[in-house]
Amino acid sequence: MDYMTILQILDSTVRLAVPLLLACLAGLYSERAGIFDIGLEGKMLAAAFFSGAVAAVSGSAWLGLLAGMGASLVLSALHGLASITFRGNQLISGVAVNFLAAGMTVVVAQDWFKQGGRTPSLSGAARFEPITLPGAEALRDVPILGPLYAELISGHTSLVYIAFACVPLTWWALYRTRFGLRLRAVGENPAAVDTAGVSVVGLRYAAVAICGVLCGIAGAYLATALQAGFVKDMTAGRGYIALAALIFAKWRPWYALLATLLFGLLQAIALRYQNIDLGAITIPVQVMDALPYILTVVILAGFVGKAIPPRAGGEPYVKER
Amino acid sequence: MSDVAPAIELKGISKAFGPVQANKDISIRVMPGTIHGIIGENGAGKSTLMSILYGFYKADKGEVFIHGKRTAIPDSQAAIAAGIGMVFQHFKLVENFTVLENVILGAEDGRLLRPSLAKARKELKRLAEDYGLNVDPDAVIEEIGVGMQQRVEILKALYRQADILILDEPTGVLTPAEANQLFRILDRLRAEGKTIVLITHKLREIMEITDTVSVMRRGQMTATVKTAETSPEQLAELMVGRKVLLRVDKAPAKPGAVVLDVQGLNVTDEKGVQRLKDVSLSIRAGEILGIAGVAGNGQSELLEVLGGMTRATGRITLNGEEIDLTGRHSDGQSRRARGIAHVPEDRQREGLIMDFFAWENVAFGYHRDPAYRRGVLMDNAALQEDTARKMEKFDVRPPNPWLTAKNFSGGNQQKIVVAREIERNPTLLLVGQPTRGVDIGAIEFIHNQIVALRDQGAAVLLVSVELDEILSLSDRIAVMFDGKIMGERLPGQTDAGELGLLMAGMNGRAA
Repeated sequence: MDYMTILQILDSTVRLAVPLLLACLAGLYSERAGIFDIGLEGKMLAAAFFSGAVAAVSGSAWLGLLAGMGASLVLSALHGLASITFRGNQLISGVAVNFLAAGMTVVVAQDWFKQGGRTPSLSGAARFEPITLPGAEALRDVPILGPLYAELISGHTSLVYIAFACVPLTWWALYRTRFGLRLRAVGENPAAVDTAGVSVVGLRYAAVAICGVLCGIAGAYLATALQAGFVKDMTAGRGYIALAALIFAKWRPWYALLATLLFGLLQAIALRYQNIDLGAITIPVQVMDALPYILTVVILAGFVGKAIPPRAGGEPYVKER
Repeated sequence: MSDVAPAIELKGISKAFGPVQANKDISIRVMPGTIHGIIGENGAGKSTLMSILYGFYKADKGEVFIHGKRTAIPDSQAAIAAGIGMVFQHFKLVENFTVLENVILGAEDGRLLRPSLAKARKELKRLAEDYGLNVDPDAVIEEIGVGMQQRVEILKALYRQADILILDEPTGVLTPAEANQLFRILDRLRAEGKTIVLITHKLREIMEITDTVSVMRRGQMTATVKTAETSPEQLAELMVGRKVLLRVDKAPAKPGAVVLDVQGLNVTDEKGVQRLKDVSLSIRAGEILGIAGVAGNGQSELLEVLGGMTRATGRITLNGEEIDLTGRHSDGQSRRARGIAHVPEDRQREGLIMDFFAWENVAFGYHRDPAYRRGVLMDNAALQEDTARKMEKFDVRPPNPWLTAKNFSGGNQQKIVVAREIERNPTLLLVGQPTRGVDIGAIEFIHNQIVALRDQGAAVLLVSVELDEILSLSDRIAVMFDGKIMGERLPGQTDAGELGLLMAGMNGRAA
């Protein structure tokens, strides 16, 4: 395996990790505030469809992004209403969001575009184009570092850079700001927040809204950057993988980056090596494709250390004496 | 009274929860710089009244005056602004935050944490010096003891510049030593001019520290008196509405043959910590053995082993027959079949299922009793009848088998558990913290039932962190510390001082 191959695999790791990372951070905000969100998948899917559709009609990827975030926010508001205001079961509400998105996107897509539940292929300004960072071409010939910069660091769409910037931003917000302190507190012990004179409901809605925005970006990235348009079920379980990554990351932003990169790497390897020939046996492509999902199961089965979720997670807050 | 305006004045406060009138036309004046006790049985409405003052509930009727000024308190924020701080019975702390983070939560200055934390650190140092409230600001809450956690709650209030401090049953979770420390702190706060409202149902605390005391009964304020001019007996009568015997009235024990004999009991928990170290003891028929000790020194494990909830090594015999400690017959079912009844320490977690009806709860542990069965089905009618009879006999209020367990007050919940276990006429009764969070009327009743069972010839193992309870109820006292029995004493020949030393692991004289 030569250096360029490794760089290409890593490059594709980055691209595949981005939707997972965004969804994982989205879940992080929500769950740190004590709202379990199994509906990441559905929100991403709805965002992917609406961003793809609006980008196809308007020809602008940025308008598509806005539409995606809007669609995701609407579903977030639904989840918030059910689980915060009406104190319903958060898992059921999340599952409902997933079903709603899975059915609605295909039906609406068929009604609008009549292409069998997909949006038209996007091209030009309707898609996020790779950005070449300054000096990438000039430095390409510098040994080792040149290709690293040109291949791996430069040449991604703006959404990729936004996603990676979200990691330190989230860390800073969580551990260095008043909002972060209160957010973490409300997921651990909402009664402490309430008696301190801060609105539990307000904080939780804020967290769910941030979750919606990030899922919106993730979905838009899938439809308008990673691929050219929306296709049925294009999230392919990424929302669930992001949840597994969130547990793996112990609800911390930097760990979330590492966890999602690991999942991204597995997907990249599966994409590149269809059959791996080990001499005596050949590992079939299906095994490779299944790797991220197998890892998800392993993580969820709790083989990887002990992860302590936010203590008030999943519990509606009811005032008591 | 002088012309100083009261720190708190409530006028005609009423509050109803559905059909239940929790507070009825309550008026009260608390003078600044005093400690004012509010005493009453569980469910008398003390906590509701204070929750109204802290903006947790909204009163249906009535007015609040703070330092003579009429003040509306719609939420906790308003209460904090009015200078009111509250220390709840169940602490409102974020367990995995540091002390400092808990203190500033909700009272940060500005959007960034760093300056707030620095300011709070300085302020905590000052408060520690002023009031003797020493706490490590960087300690994580879940790693410090309850006494310390309570200090953090007080610090939270002081940091928000509270000059009125409400404490709801503050000593319920504390050891006697920690309670004394708390009282020293409260004394100091009073000397600095703070006004303190102390809610409790423990008469001793009221007599020890308060200046004035208000008594509540069934949602009404029945009296407000100067502490110096009253007596525990008078207060108890005002609380319960009838004369109460504060001492347990019992005849000397007439011990018979050895019922329970424990030899060399060892328990190691899943973390590898040895919880019981070579524990040996015996109890005779017609005898109450009291186990004293600070919570967490192995008493719970001892009860769990005897009750069949935890496995152990060693040898236990009941009436001379060995009991299975690890095998198939080491579960609670087998223990009950052998005549061991168990009133567990935590009634809400181990004694009852809070969402089940009283009659269902009365069946637990004994649901295989043929009297409750009709073929393969449960005989619910018989069970309900039996429950009604037990409720009648144990004075459970309200005596309705169709109420869920959580709808009873703490004392009545405990009576349901005690009735279930004692009515089986066990040969050995295990009782853990029989009166924790139970009002005095019910305490008297439960104590009398335990003594009555002893007089019928049962052996009783009593575990309690309340020294008074151990001293007044036991025929013999064993003290546990760090999983070991430190020594045995006779109640007439020892006192709280000596037991306290043993509880702290110091052996004053040869055991």
